[in-house]
Amino acid sequence: MRRLVQELRWYLREVDGRSRWERYLAECAAHGHPPLTRREFERRRADARAGAVSSRCC
Amino acid sequence: MSTAVPTPNDSGTRRRPTARSVAVWSFVALVGAVAWTVLALARGESVNALWILFAALASYAIAYRFYARFITYRVLRADDSRATPAERLHNGVDYEVTDRRVLFGHHFAAIAGAGPLVGPVLAAQMGYLPGTIWIVVGVIFAGAVQDLTVLFFSMRRDGKSLGQMVREEIGPVGGAAALVAVFAIMIIILAVLALIVVNALAESPWGVFSIALTIPIALFMGVYLRYLRPGRVLEATGIGVVLLLAAIVGGGYVEQLGISDSLTLSKETLVLALVVYGFVASVLPVWLLLTPRDYLSTFMKVGVIVLLAVSLLIARPVLANDAVTTFAREGNGPVFAGSLFPFVFITIACGALSGFHALIASGTTPKMIAKERQVRLIGYGGMLMESFVAISALIAASVIDQGVYFAMNSPAGATGGTAESASQFLAGIGITTPPETLTATAQAVEEDIVSRTGGAPTLALGISQIFQSAFGGGLQAFWYHFAIMFEALFILTAVDAGTRVGRFMLQDTIGNVWKRFGDLSWRPGNLIASAVVVGAWGYFLYAGVTDPLGGINQLFPLFGIANQLLAAIALTLVTTLLVKHGRVRYAWVAAVPLAWDLVVTMTASWQKVFSDNPAIGYFAQADAYRAALDAGRLLGAAQDAGQMQQVVTNSTVNGVLQAVFALLVIVVAVNAAVVVARALRAGSLPTTEVPAVPSRLREPAGLFPTAEEQREAAGREEVLR
Repeated sequence: MRRLVQELRWYLREVDGRSRWERYLAECAAHGHPPLTRREFERRRADARAGAVSSRCC
Repeated sequence: MSTAVPTPNDSGTRRRPTARSVAVWSFVALVGAVAWTVLALARGESVNALWILFAALASYAIAYRFYARFITYRVLRADDSRATPAERLHNGVDYEVTDRRVLFGHHFAAIAGAGPLVGPVLAAQMGYLPGTIWIVVGVIFAGAVQDLTVLFFSMRRDGKSLGQMVREEIGPVGGAAALVAVFAIMIIILAVLALIVVNALAESPWGVFSIALTIPIALFMGVYLRYLRPGRVLEATGIGVVLLLAAIVGGGYVEQLGISDSLTLSKETLVLALVVYGFVASVLPVWLLLTPRDYLSTFMKVGVIVLLAVSLLIARPVLANDAVTTFAREGNGPVFAGSLFPFVFITIACGALSGFHALIASGTTPKMIAKERQVRLIGYGGMLMESFVAISALIAASVIDQGVYFAMNSPAGATGGTAESASQFLAGIGITTPPETLTATAQAVEEDIVSRTGGAPTLALGISQIFQSAFGGGLQAFWYHFAIMFEALFILTAVDAGTRVGRFMLQDTIGNVWKRFGDLSWRPGNLIASAVVVGAWGYFLYAGVTDPLGGINQLFPLFGIANQLLAAIALTLVTTLLVKHGRVRYAWVAAVPLAWDLVVTMTASWQKVFSDNPAIGYFAQADAYRAALDAGRLLGAAQDAGQMQQVVTNSTVNGVLQAVFALLVIVVAVNAAVVVARALRAGSLPTTEVPAVPSRLREPAGLFPTAEEQREAAGREEVLR
C-alpha cells in the first residue's frame, strides 16, 4: 500500500513537470552552469515546443 | 534469407514457462472462451454487458502477452542494446527520454479522442455483436499492429513522419500522394468532429454555457502556467477541473439566470462560432489556449474512462440491443446506409484500426521512447486501451432502449423532429416505442432527444444511465451534460491541434516553392494558412449541418473510409519496410491486415462511388435528386428546390472526394508494389534506418520490471556502491 502511494506520487511529479525541473537543476549543478529561473526555463521550453504541436486523433 | 538466431542472453528467447504462468494464461484463455461463447450463442434472451467486457479484456491480455511480444521480438527484432533517438539526440525539447509509464499516458491521450466513442455508437444499429467482434479482432491483428510497427520504424529513423517515410522508402510519387491524402483526410476528420460538437450543442443552452466557459478556463490556466506559477501543471489542471465541474453545474441554471434564450443557438450560428474559434486558436500562441486545453481534456478523458469502467462493473447493465439487427442483413438502417460488409468496418475505425494513429506514432512519441522494446507497451498497449474505450462506448449505446437509440440517431428528415412523429417513424421500421418513452427520456436529461445525431448525445445518454444506476442520486441530467462536456472538450482540442498541424503542413509544403511562406514565424503566412485550413473544414462542416439528408449520415462514411485509407498507406509502408529489411518471412504480419483493409476500403469506396442505389452511392444520389429537380419534384427530406440543389452539390463533392482518396491510396500501393518487387529480387534493399549506437540506458521493457530486470538493476546498484 505504501509503495502504491509512493508510485502514485512519483507519477504525479513526473506528469507535473516538477521532476523535469529538478533534473535540469541537477544537470546544471553537475556541469557547473548557473541555472535559469523556473519561469525562464518553462518559457523557453514552451516556446521551443510551439512549432512541434502534435496532432490529436479523432 | 537468414532466420533469427536469438542470442542466449536475449530475454526474448523461448524459455520453459513456469507452472504458474501456464495456469494464469490458461485461466485467462478460459474466461475469454466462456465470454465469447455466451456472446455467440445468446439469442433473444437478456445478455449482461459484462460478457462483452470480459471477452474483450481476456482477448487483449492474450494478444498483448503473445502476439505483441512475437511482433516486437521476432518480427521487428527490437533491440534494447541500441540507443533510441531520445537517448542519442536528447535536447530537452522534442527528443527527451521519457519514462514508459508517463509516455504511455502521453501517447494514449494523443491517440484517443471522440472517434472510438462515436463510431461504435453508430455501428450499434447493426447490433452489438458485429461491432464487438470487429473492435476486438481488428485491434489485435490490425490496429495495434499498425501503431506498434509504425512507431518502431519511425523510432529507427529518428522520429520521421509517415509522409517522409513513404517518400524516402517508397518513392516521390507515393510520397506526394501520401502527403495530399494526409492533408485531405485531416480536413474531413476535423469537419466530422466539429459536426459532432455542433449536433450535440445545437438548441442546448446548458451545453453551450458549459463548453463556452472552457475557453476562459483554459485561457486562465495558460496565464497561470506562464506568469503566475510557471510549470505547475497539476495545480493549474486541478483548478481547471474544479472550474469545469462548476461550469457544468452552472449550466443547469441557465434558465434561472435568464440567459437561456441567448444561448439557444442554431446549428448555423454554432458553425460560425466554431470556425472563428478554430481560426483564432490556430494563430494564438500554444501556451495560451492549446496546451492548457490539452491538459484539461487529457485529465477528463482518463478520468471518465476509469469512471465508466468502474460503473460498468457496479451497474452490470443488461444489453437492450439485439446481437445482430435486421439492418445488418438488409443494409437499410436509418443511422447510416449500407450492409454489414463493408460498412461496419468503416464506421468503427478508431478503436479497431485508425490510420490517424500512424501520424502520432510517427512524430512525437518515437522521439521520447527510452528503450526499443517499450514500443510494445506504448504502441500495442496504447491501442488496446483505446479499443477498450470503444468497447465501453459500444456497451453504453447498447444498453439504452432501442426505440430511443433509433429516434436519436435517425436524421430529422426521417423522424419529423417530435416525439409523436418519431414514434410513428419507429413503428415503420418495426420498433414499438410510445412517444411517452421518448418524452420521459428527454425529461430525465433535460434535452430534446429526437434526431440528436452524431453519436455524442447517444453516448452521453448511455453513460448517464450507467452512472445513474451505478451511483444513484437523481443526477442523470448532470451526468448527461458531463458526458457531453467530456466529448466536446477533446473534440475541440482535436480541432485546435488539427487546424494548427494542418497549417504547419500547408506552410511546409508551399514553403518548398515560396520560401517565405514556410517560415512559421511569418505572421501573414500564419494567417493565410490558418484561414485556408479553417475554410476547408468549415465548408464541409457547413455543408454537413445544412444537408437535408443529415450530415452524419452523409459524411461519417467518408470520414471512416478516409481514416482506414490512411491506415492502408501506413500498413503499405510497414509491409514494404519488412520486405526491404529482408524480413519477407514475417511480412504477413502487416500484409494480412493491409489486404483486409484494402478489400474493405476499396469495396466501400466502390459502393460509395458506383452503387446505383441512391441511399449508398453518392453519384446515384446526385443523379436521382437532379432528375427529380428537373422534373419539378421533391425527393426524400428536401423541402424545396434549394435543398434539392444542395443535395446534388454535396453528393457530387463527396463522391469526387471519395474517388480521389481511393485513387491516392492506389497510387501509394502501386508504387510500393514496385519497390517490394525490386526488394524481393534483391533479397533486401538499403533503407534509411539510422545505424545502431550502443545504449547506456537500462530500463525495463514492459510495464512492470521482470524478475531478471530487477536482479540486474540490483546488481548495478551493488557495483555503484
